[in-house]
Amino acid sequence: MSMQAASTEIASRTAAIIDEMKGLEGPLLPILHSIQEEFGHVPKDALPVIADGLNLSRAEVHGVVSFYHDFRAKPAGRHVLKLCQAEACQSMGSDAVAAKIKQLLGIDFHETTRDGSVTLEPVYCLGLCACSPSAMLDGEVIGRLDDEKIEEIVAEVRS
Amino acid sequence: MIPRIYVPADSGALALGAEKVAKAIEKELKERGVEAKIVRNGSRGAYFLEPMVEVATAEGRVAYGPVKPSDVKSLFDSGFLKGGHHKRWLGSPDKIPFFAKQTRLTFARCGIIDPLSLDSYKSHGGLNGLQNAVAMAPADIVKQVTESGLRGRGGAGFPTGIKWKTVLDTAGAQKYIVCNADEGDSATFADRMIMEGDPFVLIEGMAIAGIATGATKGFVYIRSEYPHAVATMNKAVAIARKAGVLGLNVLGSPNAFDMEIRVGAGAYVCGEETSLLNSLEGKRGVVRAKPPLPAIQGLFGKPTVINNVISLASVPIIMDRGAAYYKDFGMGRSRGTIPIQIAGNVKHGGLFETAFGLTLGEIVDDIGGGTSTGRPVKAVQVGGPLGAYFPRALFDTPFDYEEFAKRDGLIGHAGITVFDDTADMLKQARFAMEFCAIESCGKCTPCRIGSTRGVEVLDKVAAGIEAEKNLALVTDLCNTMKFGSLCALGGFTPYPVMSSITHFPEDFKPAPARVAAE
Repeated sequence: MSMQAASTEIASRTAAIIDEMKGLEGPLLPILHSIQEEFGHVPKDALPVIADGLNLSRAEVHGVVSFYHDFRAKPAGRHVLKLCQAEACQSMGSDAVAAKIKQLLGIDFHETTRDGSVTLEPVYCLGLCACSPSAMLDGEVIGRLDDEKIEEIVAEVRS
Repeated sequence: MIPRIYVPADSGALALGAEKVAKAIEKELKERGVEAKIVRNGSRGAYFLEPMVEVATAEGRVAYGPVKPSDVKSLFDSGFLKGGHHKRWLGSPDKIPFFAKQTRLTFARCGIIDPLSLDSYKSHGGLNGLQNAVAMAPADIVKQVTESGLRGRGGAGFPTGIKWKTVLDTAGAQKYIVCNADEGDSATFADRMIMEGDPFVLIEGMAIAGIATGATKGFVYIRSEYPHAVATMNKAVAIARKAGVLGLNVLGSPNAFDMEIRVGAGAYVCGEETSLLNSLEGKRGVVRAKPPLPAIQGLFGKPTVINNVISLASVPIIMDRGAAYYKDFGMGRSRGTIPIQIAGNVKHGGLFETAFGLTLGEIVDDIGGGTSTGRPVKAVQVGGPLGAYFPRALFDTPFDYEEFAKRDGLIGHAGITVFDDTADMLKQARFAMEFCAIESCGKCTPCRIGSTRGVEVLDKVAAGIEAEKNLALVTDLCNTMKFGSLCALGGFTPYPVMSSITHFPEDFKPAPARVAAE
């Protein structure tokens, strides 16, 4: 697909989402979540369409998108692994868990492996604080991470 | 009657393998040709026993835990459907000390009922409070909540009834009830547990708040890190709407109330109420200056009640059993019960609902059973990332809003994180500043810049560069942040930092001295 065609495609799919949701009170966040679900990220080309649809300036839309940690500017890897780095997990050695996983995957936080298999992110609390250290792999929660579970996770994201 | 087997679908239980256990039970039932109903309940909150499977027997429920998928075959062999003995056998859950010692008012049904069965909710006392409320004048509902002594369970501890009265007394064509379910503090999971384990109690509490204040629309703002809670709440709202608990005529009364579930987008600061309102409106989650109070000009500029999940979920029991019943629990100005969340490096971690007044030592040593590593407890952080670190010397502090304030701490959302003696308090203090820098909304300077400078100065202390002088600088900086920040993020970050410096000075000595001391 040419670049222009891709951008038209994004615009039309974005417009469909906006049409469906703009009747909500405070529709911007639900719209952004839907766009991210549709494309795996919030494409730059979607921003002017949102601005038009909601009668906002592009700067306002950009300001909102960039404020929240959840919205991605580019697609994530096939898997997304979030490691909790907050206090309860720290008390159970989340630092060492993170170091080990980074080493096994060969990437740091906020990075994606070269083969695009996994994106690694820190998260500040999954509400699993009595099952620390914890993680979330593609939306599934994992508690009491130990060497065995770490190896299972790494094997799964690599498969 | 076909036997019932309870396997929690609470996130914490799932994180410990509950899904695999449920699948294994299903498979075993099929292979043995046994008929039984698997109920996916919430968690009762003893995470050291999760996944905790229960079976309903003629003599009441019998619990087994922690159950591994590999235990399932032998459980069936031991006749667990009739409560038979097995190495995972725990007996009646009510007699397990961790549960027997609790006073469950808000969490009375959590972990017991099927979260998405309205019939089950009703048969356990659900909707009694709302039923009473629809027959009352709004001012009387507000009076009852005020008299119960209920204070905001989100952390600030502001009297819930007074907030409601302001909204009731403020004229507005449209008013809102907003539930703050952006439970971002580490060590807290009470909001998540109730949304996953007893969602109707929150819906009932919000409907009561709506009727009491004249608000017809509610929003629950749930953090995106809680996908299971979001899914359960969405299903529960649809069920409640269909059953006439929500809608134009709440329980057949002339009162209208409906609600929507909204999902946050990973910003910790949106747990601050004004920032949450901006986020709901579709703006950057930047903090608003107060006044105007949200009760007067809140969501979309309209009068708004904004309460934490647990505050709202505590309202149904108050409307059911009366203000005096609730107020009877607790001490001083901290009335009722509080779900304490015991987390981190602790043997018996989980949710423990009890009247205010237990000492920190009783919570950590007696109920929590000390650390899970078996090493001595060094520090306990109370109230999440913005709460103070308490040393053993302060373990006599009673769990009470005012008593914690007197010791330069806060109970916050009642989460406590236990650390053993391997904790480095300089590292913890630095993390508090670093976290504030990552999550600052950027509106006020003390928080936005102060947190970054705090990290730098603490790094100098760690490197042994003019430690004394730099510690004095951190103290001064904390003072500026505490009094100059717009909200609790910048304003309370000094709590973990200063408590670490005050109670654990040995961790802040220059590197060579620290090595020598060890």
